[in-house]
Amino acid sequence: MITELLQYKFIVNSLLAGILASISCGIIGTYIVTRRMVFLSGGITHASFGGIGIGYFFGFNPVISAAIFGILSALGIEYVSKRSNIREDSAIGILWSFGMAIGIMFVFLTPGYAPNLMSYLFGSILTVSALDIWLMLALSVLLILVFSLFYRLILFIAYDQEFARTHQIDVSFFNYLLISLVALTIVLNIKVVGIILVISLLTIPQSIANLFTKNFKNIMLVSVVIALIGAFLGLLISYKINIPSGASIIFSLVMIFFIAKMFLLIKREIVLKSGLGKKF
Amino acid sequence: MSKIVELKSVFAGYNDEVILKDVSLEICDDDFIGIIGPNGGGKTTLLNVVLGLIKPFKGSVEFFNNEKSLNNKIGYLPQTNKIDRKFPITVKDVVLSGLLYGNALFGSYSKSQKQKATETLKRVGICDLKEMTIGELSGGQMQKVLLARAIVSSPRLLILDEPNTFVDNQFEGELYEILRQLNEEMAVVMVSHDVGTIASYVKTIACVNRNLHYHKSNIISEEQLASYNCPIKLITHGEVPHTVLKKHNHS
Repeated sequence: MITELLQYKFIVNSLLAGILASISCGIIGTYIVTRRMVFLSGGITHASFGGIGIGYFFGFNPVISAAIFGILSALGIEYVSKRSNIREDSAIGILWSFGMAIGIMFVFLTPGYAPNLMSYLFGSILTVSALDIWLMLALSVLLILVFSLFYRLILFIAYDQEFARTHQIDVSFFNYLLISLVALTIVLNIKVVGIILVISLLTIPQSIANLFTKNFKNIMLVSVVIALIGAFLGLLISYKINIPSGASIIFSLVMIFFIAKMFLLIKREIVLKSGLGKKF
Repeated sequence: MSKIVELKSVFAGYNDEVILKDVSLEICDDDFIGIIGPNGGGKTTLLNVVLGLIKPFKGSVEFFNNEKSLNNKIGYLPQTNKIDRKFPITVKDVVLSGLLYGNALFGSYSKSQKQKATETLKRVGICDLKEMTIGELSGGQMQKVLLARAIVSSPRLLILDEPNTFVDNQFEGELYEILRQLNEEMAVVMVSHDVGTIASYVKTIACVNRNLHYHKSNIISEEQLASYNCPIKLITHGEVPHTVLKKHNHS
């Protein structure tokens, strides 16, 4: 069956997209989860819908306009939350809904039916284009480069920004750089799992990995592997029963989470029963 | 004694609020200054000015190099409640980050840096915790990790923001003993809300309540306290080192 499936170009594309999504989300998701930026990331995700609407209206690739819109919103939130008296989560809430509003306005102003709109909301890995794949590949390479070159500094700043600042480290530069990478990762993965579900790829694999390891680097690596397993399982389910791939990928990931949690609970019980627990 | 930092009539605060008014302070080698004062009086703001985390609205902050020591580094121990205890990082990596400066970008830590970190962990007495994740530590152990990170770079000035919160008495005693030893190599500035116990260790006391009153000893008289309306406990030294605590009710 596999060789037969691989003859279809769209299947090969979706597999490639799954691999690349796992790499980018595994890396950036670890940064998001450990810095407790999940809500901020949700805000950027939804704000980028504004970019998709603008893309539809002016007739260019919605991924490109969403990327620009997403990065600008991310930089905006970072700037506003540092410089003004507005609470960070309130600023996120405003941008979250404003982006969605802009998107809806432009989609409805666009004459005729908006094709593929559902695929942006719920994800459709089967419709990823060659351009999407190239962009995702470039992103994965960029993330691997940035995180291996600046690993120590990123960890240092993520752990204690204020202390890093007392060490003459340009903390705001790194904050702006990383928030832009978060936005790019979100937007380029929208095709795979959709706006509504993209946050899951950035949090579930990391939460599973965090059950087994408490080391930043290991969480990144394990997350990539878990995201890969989830993506393949999800694709298989999506193909078999014909449902959007985003939903089936997330369903698979949550199942893996429960199995992992169960595994750890059973392991603890066995340790307790075998008497090894008495040592403690 | 040569000067490390000098603040000259500094006005500082956040956004549009001025918290510190006309504050002048000299920190020299060998100093051990206890900074006390009421909540919201500007203790942390003062530290932030010295650390360069905030720029004063008015006045100057000047750093000095002397021939004896060109090392102008400042070691900093923040309040522990500012730290995310669930962050996935090992004790070793936290301490090593104390050696990382803006210019050190690529690669990994050198052998001598790792050795320095191990030595520092031994010095504060927690070398056996090296491989643990910070989430597994107790409050006192966490403070020692942060102290190790602050001193691993052999700074000329060590700044501590309420190191005695969330820890038990035994730890507090150990901490002051370590600080007393460190003071032989570096100046120490420590913020505390609990003056009673620090009094016998610090050499001088600065009381911060919007403005700053500096005492060239660690003895404050009741009259002095009354004069600047700073609700703190009273500390004195008698024949045998002892601490007298008295309640104050300044309006």
